[in-house]
Amino acid sequence: MSTTLEVRNLRTHFFTRAGVVKAVDGVSFTVGRGQVLGLVGESGSGKTVTGFSIIGLVDPPGRVVEGEILFHGRNLATASEEELRHLRGNRIAMIFQDPMMTLNPVLRVDTQMIETVLAHEKVSREEARQRSRDALGMVGIPSPDERLKSYPHQFSGGMRQRVAIAIALLHRPELIIADEPTTALDVTIQGQILAEVQKLAATTGTSLIWITHDLSVVAGLADEIAVMYAGRVVEGGEVGAVLDAPFHPYTVGLIGSVPSRNRRGEPLRQIPGMTPSLLKLPAGCAFRSRCPRADEACLAMPDLLELRPGRRARCFHPHLEGAGA
Amino acid sequence: MTVYLLRRILQSLMVLLAMSVIVFVGVYAIGDPVEILISPDADQMERERAIAALGLDLPLWQQYLVFLQNALRGDLGRSFVFNEPALQLILNRMPATLELAFGAMFLSVLIGLPLGLYAGLKPDSVGSRVIMAGSILGFSLPTFWVGLMLIMVFAVQLGWLPSSGRGETVQILGLHWSFLTANGWMHLAMPAFNLALFKISLVIRLTRSGVREAMLMDYVKFARAKGLSPTRVTFVHVFKNILIPVVTVVGLELGSTIAFSVVTETVFAWPGMGKLIIDSINVLDRPVIVAYLMVIVLMFITINLIVDILYSVLDPRVRLESKA
Repeated sequence: MSTTLEVRNLRTHFFTRAGVVKAVDGVSFTVGRGQVLGLVGESGSGKTVTGFSIIGLVDPPGRVVEGEILFHGRNLATASEEELRHLRGNRIAMIFQDPMMTLNPVLRVDTQMIETVLAHEKVSREEARQRSRDALGMVGIPSPDERLKSYPHQFSGGMRQRVAIAIALLHRPELIIADEPTTALDVTIQGQILAEVQKLAATTGTSLIWITHDLSVVAGLADEIAVMYAGRVVEGGEVGAVLDAPFHPYTVGLIGSVPSRNRRGEPLRQIPGMTPSLLKLPAGCAFRSRCPRADEACLAMPDLLELRPGRRARCFHPHLEGAGA
Repeated sequence: MTVYLLRRILQSLMVLLAMSVIVFVGVYAIGDPVEILISPDADQMERERAIAALGLDLPLWQQYLVFLQNALRGDLGRSFVFNEPALQLILNRMPATLELAFGAMFLSVLIGLPLGLYAGLKPDSVGSRVIMAGSILGFSLPTFWVGLMLIMVFAVQLGWLPSSGRGETVQILGLHWSFLTANGWMHLAMPAFNLALFKISLVIRLTRSGVREAMLMDYVKFARAKGLSPTRVTFVHVFKNILIPVVTVVGLELGSTIAFSVVTETVFAWPGMGKLIIDSINVLDRPVIVAYLMVIVLMFITINLIVDILYSVLDPRVRLESKA
């Protein structure tokens, strides 16, 4: 299987007045062609910044300070703004979290779609319009011809997200970065959109990075999973294996805190404490202060090691009991 | 839309009516024009004749009703001083003020928008710091002082521009306009700039904060994620959104510029409405004051209506409808 994207040791830091915020601090993962990677973590774990780093849209005071972002072997971390612009929306597309905010409220949908086509290809306006209409039809928007002439506020949230997805699909990108695209939608719409995206990825061979905090979404959609905590990947591997037998105590806690019917009547489980401030991370493992297994060894930063074939975790005391030694 | 317009016109009429009462009573309270208008040497007979001729012998409410009756026929009274129809007097002076006001607004948008855009896009650059410092000056320097300085530098010392008056005018539709002659432009330049200074600062600040706000919005980031050029992001996605507050403020400022260009008109001896109203207040020329204020109110109402309509053009979420 060929590799679409390989991120190696990515570090994106924000240089604020209060100090350096290490939002992404040594993240590595690969996404194969047609593969779906679920990037999971709490708010502030650096998953969104990772997404923006890939397409070069980290705004000052933040910047990528180290690492390689290899897109078909080409390093995007050192690419010029002009090179990145030609990739964005063309070969790498992004879908945002809040569909209410991503479309410009004062421009018609056709304007916002046609400009995307024309930004990367020299075609006539009429052809660009037809392509836009076809893309709208493809994501399941009824009577796309009329809908093209609408303004964003005339669509519901789910429909707007479909429009955003249609825009992302206009150039049949090789990679789509989806930043919690279903979080703001209700569950039935969420299901429809997930099914739609899965179908599209399978038919066009598009790779997906699906950023979310919702493990159930990842379980149904992703091939691989990478769990992030405080700017680092703490666990990675094939999605079913990780969810069935997580190694890292953080992943264990995350899965444990999903409410389940099997534990009716019991109090909901939670991970004690809060995500540490990225401004003053303690030395060693960032999860140390919240971890039931932490001891002196955790004062040093563990490496992300391949503990089992295809299973990586960053922990000195992983849950290997259930995985068979 | 039609219903909306009708409602607005009806509301406007009510405002006009209320305004006329307030002005009428207000001017009556300030003082008695008789003392100023009639020479102290006049005897009792002459005095009473003059008072009766001006209609000042009637009680106030009757004077008001007479005024209202005439106003409905388009007659806002005759000036006590010039003995000309007050409306005619104002309309004759109006082109001068309109030229000045529109010139100033044009300058403020022409200079303010690009500078504000630059300051908003590059907030930390030296250039935008200079622009923002300059805008504070524009806000705080008194108009009359800047006017005098302009005259001193450009008229007295450099001798580039004339210091006062309108210069040559061209007559169109019975009114005199000076923006059609080169000489008129020379005369217009300094007063218009003087009047525009405050508004340039206003537009700069408004544009800058609008741009900075819009740049943080998801739709701008999404536009960039689509691979659009920075030019297109700025001039289509950002610009159209910031036009909404700018149009509002420029619209409202246009009204106040026309109404209150008094200081600039006085400094540059610009024969506009502002100068007329100051002179009329000095001699308590009530018909002119009342007529002037009615014209100004009408103008504000019209400008607000135009701004509202422009809104619906700029922002598709605004629809002009009469809500029950």
